Amino acid sequence: MQQLDLETQSLRDVNATLQAQEAQTNQTKWEILNPKGAHAIACGLDSEIDVTVQGATGYYCGGMNKHATIRVAGSVGPGVCENMMSGKVVVEGDASQYAGATGHGGLLVIKGNASSRCGISMKGIDIVVHGNIGHMSAFMAQSGSLVVCGDAGDALGDSIYEAQLFVRGSVASLGADCIEKEMRPEHMAKLAELLSAAECDADPSEFRRYGSARQLYNFDIDNAGAY
Amino acid sequence: MDQTPKTHPVKPWTFDDYTTSYIRRAAATGIYDIRGGGSKRRVPHFDDLLFLGASMSRYPLEGYREACGTQVTLGTRFAEKPLELDIPITIAGMSFGALSGQAKEALGRGASAAGTSTTTGDGGMTPEERGHSNKLVYQYLPSRYGMNPDDLRKADAIEIVVGQGAKPGGGGMLLGQKINDRVAEMRNLPQGIDQRSACRHPDWTGPDDLEIKILELREITGWKVPIFIKVGGARPYFDTTLAVKAGADVVVLDGMQGGTAATQDVFIEHVGQPTLACIRPAVQALQDLDMHRKVQLVISGGVRTGADVAKALALGADAVSIGSAALIAMGDNDPALEDEYRKLGTTAGAFDDWHEGNDPAGITTQDPILAARLDPIAAGRRLSNYLKVMTLEAQTIARANGKSHVLNLEPEDLCALTIEAAAMAGVPLAGTEWIPGKKGDL
Repeated sequence: MQQLDLETQSLRDVNATLQAQEAQTNQTKWEILNPKGAHAIACGLDSEIDVTVQGATGYYCGGMNKHATIRVAGSVGPGVCENMMSGKVVVEGDASQYAGATGHGGLLVIKGNASSRCGISMKGIDIVVHGNIGHMSAFMAQSGSLVVCGDAGDALGDSIYEAQLFVRGSVASLGADCIEKEMRPEHMAKLAELLSAAECDADPSEFRRYGSARQLYNFDIDNAGAY
Repeated sequence: MDQTPKTHPVKPWTFDDYTTSYIRRAAATGIYDIRGGGSKRRVPHFDDLLFLGASMSRYPLEGYREACGTQVTLGTRFAEKPLELDIPITIAGMSFGALSGQAKEALGRGASAAGTSTTTGDGGMTPEERGHSNKLVYQYLPSRYGMNPDDLRKADAIEIVVGQGAKPGGGGMLLGQKINDRVAEMRNLPQGIDQRSACRHPDWTGPDDLEIKILELREITGWKVPIFIKVGGARPYFDTTLAVKAGADVVVLDGMQGGTAATQDVFIEHVGQPTLACIRPAVQALQDLDMHRKVQLVISGGVRTGADVAKALALGADAVSIGSAALIAMGDNDPALEDEYRKLGTTAGAFDDWHEGNDPAGITTQDPILAARLDPIAAGRRLSNYLKVMTLEAQTIARANGKSHVLNLEPEDLCALTIEAAAMAGVPLAGTEWIPGKKGDL
């Protein structure tokens, strides 16, 4: 296990060290000590390394991650793993706003709760939240899956495109053009796969699926009130 | 027959022919008018300024003999590799999607031949664009269509788009008819649907957040390339101040004449300030922060000639950016295509339905047959010619004012033809020493 300490090393040094790891590196296990809420920790990684952050982080932890597995032993600030391309980010605590925003791929697991706008504009990322999520989550969500084991706040999936939403608890309200949809076997299988990958033992049969009604896909003046 | 003399029929000024046609169109369709381009109304502009030239108190430089530099460096504040340009004219952000692949290639070819940069747009970076642009600025937009760290690291600069002059405060929409398979794939959306671009970034709000976002982008790119912040002409003094506070290397300020691929006509014509009105407040903000020439200012929105370039620089900008003018240079709205414009219900010079994808010039289209009309090599050559002419013109003016570099032009070299322009530009009305609005002015 390689250790990096933000008490004694600069953020630039820590990130540069992790970003410099090549695909065939044999230094695959890393630990970051004393994050103390710092921003942009472990962002821009591009190799299959495992990084554990020992404590809470600020904004954009794991931003634009590719290939790496990042585990945060604490809570994260806004925009955790924003625009992630691939890999996996696991948050043991809670996540602030915009978790997984615009992510193109990979898996984000939040073992606590996520605040508002979780999965905003998601573009292929899968997100599993063990707890609840806040309002306006999955706003303009394009593709990928958002799984919520608890409750969802207001305006879930507003202006959603082709992302799939699975919620086990209550939904305060659905946003424009988001509707409940039939849970077919292929959805159940996908959900089970995601729950397993997210270390969550929830029963897939307890979830309901939501997605786009596709009524706002082409501008129609008769839908003006929904825009 | 009644022989009583009558007055001529008079159409009301308030309800002129354009206005009544607007009302009839709205009544028939139930939808607002969407178009491309920038403001078409007459607003105070660079034409309302004049250079004074050399005189008893100023020595001119000998044209063609004494050097007049045009090189500019953008991004000297924090970046390890600032953007070095041969000329103070850059190409503004325009997307693949809004423009054809051939048009993007031509922009890259033309800009590179002239020694300057081009800029991506909504939808991401194409290999053709990167390949043909020696210096490429990668736009970071609210939609994040096509955004990825690999392309981010290929960029020579990053431009965070907060707003644009045609629609400060507005997002965008690429209509379904321009969404072919490739555009859809780049944007992770189904083919043929309207693609909305949000008006706010999804993961930050306000300058305090933006400072952290910039930190993240610098960390991902190793602090190598400059980070620009682009704003529309809304509140230029405060927007510039906050952009500097957030950590920008360069502020790009786009006035209301700046074009867009598509938005509501009411937005283009009624939101935002003219370019001329934006420059001095932005420069003042930089001077108040002791950041003038340390954080560079790029001005866009209606820049057409070398005289416009020189006037923007004299008012304190470090460079300008062109979009609409570059498209015209490549062949947009060419009178040679008049017959085809007529079939579309318009005329050369007025065509602005760029969002519909049926551009006869093959520039604002994704139709492969129309797009093939544009020869990217020839169009790139026209663009480089145009850029070189503008540069020569700016040099001519600079020499006439005794300046050995275009960045040495200054407000004292200018006067204004109208009171409005004098007030906006902060230069004296011609023939007077009067600068309306200046402290102490009655």
